[in-house]
Amino acid sequence: MTETDDAWFAGVDPGDPEAAAAAIRGSEADEPRDWPALAVESGFAADEGEYYDRLHEATVDAAREAARAAERADDQQLIHALRAMDDAERTANELAERLEEWAGALLDVEEDATGLDFAAVVAQRDPADATEERAISLAQRAVDLREERDDLRAFIERRAPEVAPNLAEMAGPVLAARLISLTGGLESLAKKPSGTVQVLGAEDALFAHLRGHAPSPKHGVIFTHEFVRGTRPEDRGSAARALAGKLSIAARIDHYAGDRREGVHGDLRDRMETIRARAGEGADGATEGDDE
Amino acid sequence: MSELPAGVGRRTVAGEERLTTEGEPVYGEPTVDGRRVWDAGRSKLGAMLELGMDTRLSGGESVLYLGAASGTTVSHVADFAGPTYAVEFAPRPVRDLVDVAESRPNLFPLLADARKPREYAGVVESGLDCIVQDVATRGQAAVANRNAEFLAADGLLLAAIKARSEDVVAEPDAVFEDVRETLGEAYELLETARLDRYHEDHLGIVARKR
Repeated sequence: MTETDDAWFAGVDPGDPEAAAAAIRGSEADEPRDWPALAVESGFAADEGEYYDRLHEATVDAAREAARAAERADDQQLIHALRAMDDAERTANELAERLEEWAGALLDVEEDATGLDFAAVVAQRDPADATEERAISLAQRAVDLREERDDLRAFIERRAPEVAPNLAEMAGPVLAARLISLTGGLESLAKKPSGTVQVLGAEDALFAHLRGHAPSPKHGVIFTHEFVRGTRPEDRGSAARALAGKLSIAARIDHYAGDRREGVHGDLRDRMETIRARAGEGADGATEGDDE
Repeated sequence: MSELPAGVGRRTVAGEERLTTEGEPVYGEPTVDGRRVWDAGRSKLGAMLELGMDTRLSGGESVLYLGAASGTTVSHVADFAGPTYAVEFAPRPVRDLVDVAESRPNLFPLLADARKPREYAGVVESGLDCIVQDVATRGQAAVANRNAEFLAADGLLLAAIKARSEDVVAEPDAVFEDVRETLGEAYELLETARLDRYHEDHLGIVARKR
């Protein structure tokens, strides 16, 4: 009997398709065996034909359910998490500002801290009266909110590579989530031309340009990417254009195919090397990277 | 030109000789006399057959297909082969693979990582006739070696190796040389050929388990 311990059908009632599909998904074994023969021997199926029929039903159900579960790790959850992270950060900073004004006069804080670091110092104090109690409690809420922001960021860093593996690898998980959030979903990001991706998040500047009284923006949120920010200003337009082009390809792969592809990442690295090499060619080549 | 497996036949479509198999159409491929055209430009195994490589398949084999993606190629394999286990790691293509499998009782889709045979060794049977491999991850030869345990003593490996998955900047020939050497640990190489006419920087390999 020990031979079939590792079999997916071990302990599965042949008349229970749900249990069979669950068994396929949870199955693990050190080595394969002649499962069809063993299934017949152990009475799971009358003959090999019946075994393959049951295997077919169980694997189709299991694969469908597993794919569905993986896709529930979807872009909408990522968008909520990103927006919540931004809200938590903005609100924590607002509270910290309010607190500086309040507790700065109320308590003698010797530490040279500002913003949320100041709140963290205040939160450690013991209140002497009812007013201090309120200020210190507020400080604690602001600090908690900062922790929530960090937890949300950690969640995004874990989840973005599952939702959009190529985009997350190329942009970094947080920027990937931001691009998805700005367009409302991975599908709509995948359908945007790369010129739009390039200026996502720079809508004010873009419309000022379209009204005719400003230059066109070179980049939107992708400015936070090292390939743009770390390139000297006169080449940033090229860098942003190249990055946006590959980001939209990555988003399309993620939405329409879903597997990880090496080629697009290598292409971007090659292109960036070429753009950055320009800085070394001019007479003032020594300024490369100085502008960070 | 070497023999095609039984179940794979040539038909003239729009003035061109094309490979075909018999089965339910799945991805909008053209059909002729109820047979589906097998597009060598979309399938590495199709390209290997089209280029006249001797796959030593005769039809009806039991198959483990690694890297099934949305099931384009594996649907044709299941049309001429016996029990066909299709392993794919990415969830989105598996959704399409499931649709392909539904009309093919001998096709068993598995959402699993081909680098970790433990995940499916309790489902996929031992003593298989053939592994077809088309995975686009680094370490393609190691994947083939690790999965050799599913093959019968003289089982076949039909692999399409993608140079760019191993190293985007290296010369494909250098990559292929490394792959040949690593594969040698578990397989005896029978035939290799570049698939460039249909798939750039790919090497088709026919090998037998040692």
